[in-house]
Amino acid sequence: MEAASPYAREVALLDRASLARTIVVLAALAVLPFVANAFLLDLANQVLLAVIGSLALMLLTGFAGQISLGTAGLLAAGAYSVGILSHDAGAPVWVTLPAAALVGATLGLVFGLPSLRLRGLYLAISTLGLHFIVVYFGGEYETRQQLATGLTVDPPSVLGFALTSDRGWYFVFLAGACLTLLIVKNLLRSRTGRAWQTLREREVVASAIGIDVQRYKLYAFVVSSTLLALAGALFAYFRSFVSIDAFSLYLTVQYLAMVIIGGMGTVPGAILGAAFVILLPYGIEAFAALLPARVGNMVFALDYAAFGLVMILFLLFEPRGLVGIARRLAAARGKGRP
Amino acid sequence: MSLQLVVNVVVLAAIYALVGVGYVVVYRASRVLNLAHGELMMVGAYLLVGTASLFAGSPVVAVLVAALCGLVMGVIVYVALMRWMTGQTVLAAVLVTIALGILLRGLVVLGFTAQQFYPAAMLGWRNQSIEVASGARISAASAMLLAVTVVVYGALFLFLRFTRLGIQLRATGQNALLAAQRGIGLNAVYAFAWGLSTFTASIAGMLLALDSGAEGQMATIGLKAFPAALVGGLDSFVGAIVGSIIVAMAEIAAIQYVNPLLSDVVPFLVLLVVLAVRPWGLFGSREQLDRV
Repeated sequence: MEAASPYAREVALLDRASLARTIVVLAALAVLPFVANAFLLDLANQVLLAVIGSLALMLLTGFAGQISLGTAGLLAAGAYSVGILSHDAGAPVWVTLPAAALVGATLGLVFGLPSLRLRGLYLAISTLGLHFIVVYFGGEYETRQQLATGLTVDPPSVLGFALTSDRGWYFVFLAGACLTLLIVKNLLRSRTGRAWQTLREREVVASAIGIDVQRYKLYAFVVSSTLLALAGALFAYFRSFVSIDAFSLYLTVQYLAMVIIGGMGTVPGAILGAAFVILLPYGIEAFAALLPARVGNMVFALDYAAFGLVMILFLLFEPRGLVGIARRLAAARGKGRP
Repeated sequence: MSLQLVVNVVVLAAIYALVGVGYVVVYRASRVLNLAHGELMMVGAYLLVGTASLFAGSPVVAVLVAALCGLVMGVIVYVALMRWMTGQTVLAAVLVTIALGILLRGLVVLGFTAQQFYPAAMLGWRNQSIEVASGARISAASAMLLAVTVVVYGALFLFLRFTRLGIQLRATGQNALLAAQRGIGLNAVYAFAWGLSTFTASIAGMLLALDSGAEGQMATIGLKAFPAALVGGLDSFVGAIVGSIIVAMAEIAAIQYVNPLLSDVVPFLVLLVVLAVRPWGLFGSREQLDRV
């Protein structure tokens, strides 16, 4: 068999070596819910859900180079689409999910509009403003409906089967994460992905070689926002409860941290970062048990402090994130070999 | 009634102006947007909680010591953290400040617990309500805040115009490379700018805490002061005052006539309008803006 051309290798979703690895990983992931206990299964669910969101943000910030502080607002928009539609209209899941996607796409267009005029810092700030507006509407809805804490969402049911078990959710999230991964990888290997990476590096160059900068910027915002809104919608069903308190700026920062800690501009980074950020509080909790009771009792404050510290350390010492560390380790091992 | 509204606008504008000046000082000197400013202000309030228990008898000493600690805090933030971000992208620097803000939130709760503190009561100081005109009242702490804001802006104006360090700070902001070539120690100027920024923020935090207690939500006020600074133009002190007045008016009007829930949104609505129409702000300089 003749060797694949460099271009074919470049655009291939999987090469032979990683195909085998992918099959092994998928098999392990399929077996996991049958061997893991309830706690581990819940952790896995949280990580997989976060992977969807962090992949979406990685696409926008890591590859298209557009900074957004609107992640929590977009997740909230998806969650509230589900919450309001199923609470007020009793809409079934095959209505609410497309609706959430539509809301996400529309908001993506709105969130992306400032990017046509603004860049960098100013873009980040305008998306921050939009975050507060979305959150305001969520809070306003809760007050209007006189809901003290938030709204409850019935579990989604398809053809009479209600999705309630954690194991069922695991497969939904796994499918969602794999699908998102596929979409992201597929976009990145295409003309679109190359256009995004060019405009991330230098917009002037991008427009000079004929890339419609405005269109591709908006496109990145729309794709990323749609995925985020869908993640928010799944979150609403999974927790069967939506409250605006869950969508604070802290959530936005957590997603940003996933992208940074994982490694900006890398797909595996989004996955590693999501796992790291979701698992960190559990590590802290275990660590807090060893501390004196006065400090150990304030786990959430420890979470904040540790999270901030880890983020600072990564930004200062390893801006390429976990992927950067992995690459360095691999290089060191390669050198050590005879 | 309507006179009370005017007083409310003036007090809120003074809060935003006093907090916002810190954003402007750091941005003007080093082009870094400090999103931990609200948290640093909150730490300032807790510094007063700490000194209040040490110097319970003398409020003035307690406030002065806490303000000095606030100054030192800013210098430490620069030396230990922001100095290492030189040459990195603007985004990385902003992210570091965001992370710092979260770290500070955690540390404050670890040090002081999540309960609310009332430094005024701890210092034995009574926050009286003063009648300004018929029917319009202002708390003593708010009046003090207004006075301090005027003094800070006046002093800053004189400092930047007439002192050696002030001129160095402006020069560094205009062109860091040229400033360094002329023998200005950039690190010292930046460290000073950070110290000045947290010094004013700490004073703002303390005065707010004297009025309504020190608690974790204070950081939100700091974040809301940011639109005020940007509306005026992030590198303009006059702009910070004008922006604060505009944002305060819009916010009080929205609370009064539309919906109290809007209070957290209005500053950002104003900000979005300004970003769409005139992204460099009312008084900001245009050239170095990150525009497409």
